[in-house]
Amino acid sequence: MEDDPRRAGSDGTEQPASASGELRADGGEQFGSDIEAAIREHHPALITYLTAGDPSLEDTKAYVEALDRGGADLIELGLPFSEPIAEGPTIQAAINRALDAGTTPAGFFELVDDLETEAPLLVMTYYNMILQYGDSEAPRASDSDAAPPQSKPDVRPFVERAAEAGLSGIIVPDLPAEESEPLREACDDHDLDLVFIVAPTTEGDRLEGIMSQASGFVYVQARLGTTGARADVSNATHDSLTRLEEYDVSEPNSDGVPKAVGFGVSEGDHAAEIIEAGADGVIVGSALIDIVAESDDPAPALEAKAEELKRGAIRGGNEGNDIEIDAPEPEQP
Amino acid sequence: MSTSDHDNYRERDSEATFGDYGGQYVPEALMPAVQELEDAYERYVLNNEDGFMDEFRERMADFGGRPTPLQRAERLSERYDREIYLKREDLVHGGAHKLNNALGQVLLAKYMGKERIIAETGAGQHGTATAMAAAHLDMPCEIYMGRTDINRQRPNVYRMRMNGAEVNPVTAGSGTLKEAINETMRDWATTVETTHYVIGSVVGPHPFPKLVRDFQAVIGQEAREQIRERAGRLPDSVVACAGGGSNTMGTFHAFVPDDAVDLYAVEAGGSSLEIDEENALAPNSATLSTGTDGVLHGAMTKLLQSADGQIMESHSVSAGLDYAGVGPELSHLVDIGRVTPASVDDEAALNGFHRLSNLEGIIPALESSHALGYLEEAHEELGDLVVVNVSGRGDKDLETVLEETEKRDLEAAPDVEVFGQ
Repeated sequence: MEDDPRRAGSDGTEQPASASGELRADGGEQFGSDIEAAIREHHPALITYLTAGDPSLEDTKAYVEALDRGGADLIELGLPFSEPIAEGPTIQAAINRALDAGTTPAGFFELVDDLETEAPLLVMTYYNMILQYGDSEAPRASDSDAAPPQSKPDVRPFVERAAEAGLSGIIVPDLPAEESEPLREACDDHDLDLVFIVAPTTEGDRLEGIMSQASGFVYVQARLGTTGARADVSNATHDSLTRLEEYDVSEPNSDGVPKAVGFGVSEGDHAAEIIEAGADGVIVGSALIDIVAESDDPAPALEAKAEELKRGAIRGGNEGNDIEIDAPEPEQP
Repeated sequence: MSTSDHDNYRERDSEATFGDYGGQYVPEALMPAVQELEDAYERYVLNNEDGFMDEFRERMADFGGRPTPLQRAERLSERYDREIYLKREDLVHGGAHKLNNALGQVLLAKYMGKERIIAETGAGQHGTATAMAAAHLDMPCEIYMGRTDINRQRPNVYRMRMNGAEVNPVTAGSGTLKEAINETMRDWATTVETTHYVIGSVVGPHPFPKLVRDFQAVIGQEAREQIRERAGRLPDSVVACAGGGSNTMGTFHAFVPDDAVDLYAVEAGGSSLEIDEENALAPNSATLSTGTDGVLHGAMTKLLQSADGQIMESHSVSAGLDYAGVGPELSHLVDIGRVTPASVDDEAALNGFHRLSNLEGIIPALESSHALGYLEEAHEELGDLVVVNVSGRGDKDLETVLEETEKRDLEAAPDVEVFGQ
């Protein structure tokens, strides 16, 4: 606890002597973050998800570049975890393909190192992957009698590496706000956004609490359940719209964080409807994974799909009551 | 000396944690349900609101057959030259301690106004207990079970269906317990408003580890009273097997404040304690003995995982112990030195199975057989007065035992040749 051997030993580079004391993202810049800037400047935004390493990291690189060309404004990259409890069958299968291909956190970060996209990149992964990163040097307990003094897992090596690789934010589907403090602090120290999910069951104090610590954007989960493009996409759209009503998005919330809707969105028309109802962005994942899994030539197909979705979003923006997304007023004292 | 973040790592709600372990690492969609359950736990379980605990105890007596005996094992006492007492959870209705928790949670779901029960099951013990409890309390019930396990446990699958439960096969991954839990959580994330998830062990997000422990704590409460009556004092040691840890915590809980009583959690050593990093495979389920800290299925606890954080496939001859995680409270009790983790391998467990069958006329579950295997190996360190929890009966394991016994030369086993291969 006193000193963590992994942090000192894992990379010899200098650690900021006092990480917490230095510049924080409070109010200084025009937008709090790359992510927020990307959404506001390219409003309405298209946010896309792919599982890294499905079917290989080289392929992912080509696919991400295709999405970037096609008009994705933000790109989420999934770092695969063996127990993806928030995912439906499509992304579960993608994660299995990526793990079978030997995708590791080290390989994932090398991919991000190599990527040069206009769209900021986020990593989406489960909390255990963040906790264990950089842990390979940690002594593994054996069957000795004395419990070895085991170092506790730490989120910082992951966040440091994510920042170094140029990632702009982190989404963790199994990390509710109540457990997020260590990761949020580490993200703050490295100017990364920690994106929170708001579910159909999120209400009252919890909703307020989440909105007050949100950064980058708020991920509005369209409906209960897991990720995945459904046969009843229009229902998903309908659910999203209902969700948005509850948030009264025409009034920019007090913290001025954009709202993006995901879970079940797969077509340009649905993007249009969701944006028209007042969302700042749409998130599409499983529909893109389907292309990766099924297309003979995924890169151009992904590019075309991104174009379709982005066109839909823009159409929705034009047809909607043209919500002015104004620059956030400097709300800090 | 920058302890900065670790100090308040878990300070936000000590109710939700055991030292560094526990917590609520679940998708946002489940948080309101988890909090609703916290509220119900406090009202009904801790404060006996509406007489909940009275009804639970009454039903556990009438339907469940409690209290169970604490039996002096005469021939084992002779063999080990010390007093050995067996807590007979194998005599609970359904043949295992599992009903204590299943009935408690299904009843709680009823008090909470939920309309539907879901549960995961590995070998089928928790599934059958939940199906029985749901039938008894007239609640619709669906059980998620891995495809591999369904094929291995056909009688249990049919038992659940006989009790009116629907059994949903899970084909993901290796098709065992871990995948069944994942899928049940996904169902819960979809149906959370009407459905209660009856988790099968002292695992998962807070308040499940405490809730399940409290329903199971009757084991140790009875045993503690019974041993004082029978032997006039507290035991020197208490031994229980540990997979997820529900019978373990249930047995230990009442004894935790008794510093003079040593507590031994016996895990499945499988075929070896060595881990195959490359293939993310642990040929054991000895999480407390060999695991490292991480987050799985809603809690920070000890896990069998790769250095990158991928959860390993575990193994044990006993399906009920075959899990890559363990209850967070046990992780904590091990860390602070209150519980001693131990393990015995498949062979020692099989010998324990045969020995108790042969010497005492009790066929124990393969899970419980690990505790009995440890008694054989370590009795000299256990003091003069020992309580062993027989968490379940072994009729369910006969096919596995026949198969595994044929492969080996077991000292305690009778000849299998009678079938004439």
